[in-house]
Amino acid sequence: MKHGGEAVDTKKNKRVNRYNYWGYVFLIPFIAVYIVFQLIPLVTTIYNSFFENYRDGLIQIGPTFIGLDNYKAIFSSPDIWVYTKNTLIMWVMGFIPQIVISLLLAAWFSDNRMRIKGSRFFKTVIYLPNLIMASAFSMLFFALFSDGGPINYMLMDIGILTKPFKFLSHIWSARTLIATMNFLMWFGNTTILLMAGMMGIDSSLYEAAEVDGATSTQRFFKITLPVLKPILIYVAITSLIGGLQMFDVPQILTDGKGEPMRSSMTLIMYLNKWLYSKNLGRGGALSVMMFVITGILSLIVFKVSGYGKDED
Amino acid sequence: METRKKGLNIKTRRTIAYIVLILLTVLCLFWFYVLFVNTTRTHSQITTGFSAVPGTNFMKNWNTLMSGQLPVWQGLLNSLFVATASAVLCTYFSSMTAYAIHAYRFKGRKFIGAFILMIMMIPTQVTALGFLELIDKMGLDNSFIPLIVPAIASPVTYFYMKQYLQSSMPLSIIEAARIDGAGEFKIFNTIVIPIIKPAIAVQAIFGFVLSWNNYFTPALVLHSNSKKTLPLLIAQLRSADYLKFDMGQVYMMILFSILPVVVVYLILSKQIVEGVAVGSVKG
Repeated sequence: MKHGGEAVDTKKNKRVNRYNYWGYVFLIPFIAVYIVFQLIPLVTTIYNSFFENYRDGLIQIGPTFIGLDNYKAIFSSPDIWVYTKNTLIMWVMGFIPQIVISLLLAAWFSDNRMRIKGSRFFKTVIYLPNLIMASAFSMLFFALFSDGGPINYMLMDIGILTKPFKFLSHIWSARTLIATMNFLMWFGNTTILLMAGMMGIDSSLYEAAEVDGATSTQRFFKITLPVLKPILIYVAITSLIGGLQMFDVPQILTDGKGEPMRSSMTLIMYLNKWLYSKNLGRGGALSVMMFVITGILSLIVFKVSGYGKDED
Repeated sequence: METRKKGLNIKTRRTIAYIVLILLTVLCLFWFYVLFVNTTRTHSQITTGFSAVPGTNFMKNWNTLMSGQLPVWQGLLNSLFVATASAVLCTYFSSMTAYAIHAYRFKGRKFIGAFILMIMMIPTQVTALGFLELIDKMGLDNSFIPLIVPAIASPVTYFYMKQYLQSSMPLSIIEAARIDGAGEFKIFNTIVIPIIKPAIAVQAIFGFVLSWNNYFTPALVLHSNSKKTLPLLIAQLRSADYLKFDMGQVYMMILFSILPVVVVYLILSKQIVEGVAVGSVKG
């Protein structure tokens, strides 16, 4: 309604201006809580990372200012690289099937000519695991895949195995279980996001392609994928941010040990250990490192998705 | 002569789609089916073989769980309290924040709007260390408050609410109410809130589920048995001597923890699934 008369506009603005300070009033709870419970903790976390501060038995060591020594200690020990590698491997193992299946499903659901019956039922089912308590889901997998658990019995019943397979004692089977749970928990969510993106694609593009004789595969690779690129980048980076936070599933599945041989120990499980043992210096340095990485990734999401551009 | 179009015809593609969808449905539901079956079988049945058909010992396992060591009802109440309070605070105050940005034109508005979106992705884990130190100093260790109050600042809910306000809250309604002499708080509570009720309902569910399922923060904050929420009891079950446990009871406990959310989801799945699509991606 920008074409109203100038005079009317200024008059109206004056009247509205009287109320505008209420914007600040309504922002108080959010901003105050954010400052107290997020910003101050962030500052003290950074502050702590420059101090030696932990308990050795009953003796309190520090706090003593040691500059960047905590960071040096973290980066010079092999642990951090092992846990970063574990986290990334398990993320990739879950993400690749997730993006492939989600693209496929989203393309089918949003293709009018496919006329998938029961699509509401399927969407309901594939989104369900996302809402299940991750710790309970992981406990369930632990029970199901334990040495004398139902999966082993089932595989022996149908003749695939002759004796129980120790899923949780082999590096790749333990990682596969974790990746499978992550896949199951997130592919429904990703499908729905991608569908929303595909619905927004101008159908005349497809019609034109059809006139030109393009196959459905060609339409998918030449139209759908390029148009979806921003959403795909958004999905990939938010998934990576989520993957770096991987905790509940491996923590419960391996009882916090990241076994076998620390091969399923993630970065946040590592951080959790320091939080429990109250090594504030090392824990702080690791937190800051994670903060910087997720901060950079967030900025990329922010740029790619054009958030904030619509602030009129 | 015209070459035939390459590619699969629509019928074949549809068949493949249904096969994949059915396989995925099985993959999603199989675990929960086995969970259900095993809540109906005794410990000795579970540990000696697989069964695809339910047994008859559901009530027996239920009673074992109820009379067992785990304070499950206390855990359920704690979880219900924390999740409900978080959901209420999160939706009410995030709506208020979104309304502030949507309805008023003040200095710094753009900056604050962009700032909230920017912090949306920062995980709570990276500030957990300072957070724990802070609540220790505030004397809030082993209290529900640090699990509930921070929900007031929920950037994701704010974002969803702002989208909803933009699409369904014309500012002219607010002006009309002002002319009628209503105060700003009254306008928010009696006019804005009813209009955005559908969005509040969706976000209340997400807020509730997020808090209900949360394990990381409660595990660091809550220590006494009487305060523990369900995910902590699950973790306790996991670290207990597993071999001594009645497996029927273990499966029952898992069912007990996830059932409330599953029931709510099955009733409101349409709104929830739609809410996911609207909330996260700008068209």
